[in-house]
Amino acid sequence: MAAPTTYLEAIRQGIWEEMERNENVFILGEDVGVYGGAFKVTEGMIERFGEDRVIDTPISEAAIVGAAIGAALMGMRPIAEMQFADFIACAFDQITNFAAKCRYRWGAGVPLVIRGPSGGGIHGGPFHSQNPEMHFVHTPGLKVVAPSTAYDAKGLIKSAIRDEDPVIYFEHKFLYRRIKEELPEKEFVVPIGKADIKRSGSDISVITYGAMVHNALEAATVLAEEGIDLEVVDLRTLLPLDKERILESVKKTNKVILVHEDVRTGGIAGELAAIIAEEAFEYLDGPIMRITAPDTPVPYSPPLEEFFFPKTSDIIRVAKQLATY
Amino acid sequence: MELTKETLLDMLYYMKLTREIETRIERKLYRQGKIVGGVYVGRGQEAIAVGSAIQLEKDDCICPSHRDMGAYLIRGMSPRVILAQYMGRKTGATQGKDANMHMGDMSKNIVAFVSMLADTVPVAAGVALTFKIRKQKNVVLCYFGDGATSRGDWHEGLNLASVQKVPVIFICNNNQYAYSTPIEKQMAIKDIAVRAQAYGMPGVTVDGNDILAVYEETRSAIERARGNEGPSLIECKTFRMTGHSAHDDVKYVPKHLFQEWEKKDPILRLETSLLQNKTVTEADVKRLAARIAREVDEAVTLAENDPYPEPHEALEGVYADQLAEAPLSFVDTFFSRQT
Repeated sequence: MAAPTTYLEAIRQGIWEEMERNENVFILGEDVGVYGGAFKVTEGMIERFGEDRVIDTPISEAAIVGAAIGAALMGMRPIAEMQFADFIACAFDQITNFAAKCRYRWGAGVPLVIRGPSGGGIHGGPFHSQNPEMHFVHTPGLKVVAPSTAYDAKGLIKSAIRDEDPVIYFEHKFLYRRIKEELPEKEFVVPIGKADIKRSGSDISVITYGAMVHNALEAATVLAEEGIDLEVVDLRTLLPLDKERILESVKKTNKVILVHEDVRTGGIAGELAAIIAEEAFEYLDGPIMRITAPDTPVPYSPPLEEFFFPKTSDIIRVAKQLATY
Repeated sequence: MELTKETLLDMLYYMKLTREIETRIERKLYRQGKIVGGVYVGRGQEAIAVGSAIQLEKDDCICPSHRDMGAYLIRGMSPRVILAQYMGRKTGATQGKDANMHMGDMSKNIVAFVSMLADTVPVAAGVALTFKIRKQKNVVLCYFGDGATSRGDWHEGLNLASVQKVPVIFICNNNQYAYSTPIEKQMAIKDIAVRAQAYGMPGVTVDGNDILAVYEETRSAIERARGNEGPSLIECKTFRMTGHSAHDDVKYVPKHLFQEWEKKDPILRLETSLLQNKTVTEADVKRLAARIAREVDEAVTLAENDPYPEPHEALEGVYADQLAEAPLSFVDTFFSRQT
């Protein structure tokens, strides 16, 4: 039996396999080559694929993404690494004005992947912990994915690389080496745009993504002993949303808690709440609840950071109250 | 380099065709209300796009800016498609999705411009990077104005292109005004070409109204690029003979500047010299003008009769694999179910 694969190794395997499969796939980013990436996601790739396909760039997020766009227009399949997802802000214009709008404006596909570590829990402070996904979820033309397991991480990076449109792939750095699972030896992909029921339940739907999926699953285990049966819906893709799967779950359980470690205002929970209120209004037996980070930057000091992130105990507390509503 | 009569005539043709199309757009169709959006022309700057793009090979690529109509024409975008684009028709380069000079067509290796100036600079570096990876002997011509060189993307793009030694030629239309901002408020240097030095690439300043000079500088930069010697920057000094756009009364530009630059008109210059050295005759010039008038007349008629896109097409083309959802689709279904 194969040894369990970490979330980080799963991403690396997915990229590696796609680079073996298609010579148009190449990587560019800061420290991705000789050093193997700040988190070692691209370790060993420059030795295997050469410096034409694993390109160390200057500290130039706008140029990294811009060059990736140019290559994608020419039929290449670039993977642009943002060393930390926080730095994606430097490339915001290239992503939202150029990459996202090419197909709509002039029918030119931009099949590129922009990936990088997002999320907190590692004392990274305000500039190494952010969840910038919603900046991009608000931009038609992009796809945004955020896997929570090694299986999804591998399957989604492969789908992202094969996709005809720009995909932003947020990998949660807290999960990199903390979670692992056995992966199938046979090749597999995970489709973009499909949510996944990580735990089936009948009382309350907890809809979330990324690292918070694991908090929701922990909460479900605790609550099961108290007779509260949570269903955990892992969005996996934030844009486009799998409305069908989301509504199906809410219509089954009739109660819903939306959880994310992103800040509250403008987080995906607001959009989900609107969809559920509009399209599943008649099925609801309780208010739609949100558990999110507060509307602040991500603070550094351990007690502050601990306070900032939603916790398993929050999910348990809210679920108990909602169950009795 | 000695140019053939054919090339010289092509230069004259494309400059004049550019001028004629832009004149129709700016001074007729726009004023007749047939163009609902912005109009940006390159009057007086035609030598830059034409003198550079005319020497490209089929698989080379251009990333033009909004005053480079000649480059689009040379790469094969038809006057009808351009006019339909301006008039928001389905037959336009973006099928009505985008306006004016925001045209692209990867079957002709034309990368579409966006309003965020200099965004195409790193993109051009990426196209050139592809040529390098594929070991193709092709080049990219990337155009922008003086104002664009103030943006970070411009600097990041030049730096990356130079570090990677990719085959791209950066061509600056220095027309001395960025909207209403004169060059001395845009930068504290006299020549944009000196910026090349900071990125370790050759930078030259050329008379942008002298098409033969533009041709020659571009030729040697292309030769360098095809020879794996990396990118170059060519600053073409010229003058914007109009406002920033058709609605701009351009009161901020001193009148005498227009008078001075009128005398340096690039089309007049080439034509006069070709007549003087008897490369062409008056009859050739007349025939050329008649041909252009006929071509543009035809294109205008076709474009004016071209259909607008259907409203629902607004939902198409965001993704390769799905349509956007109409905002009222759920609401309509919901209430029809209730009744």
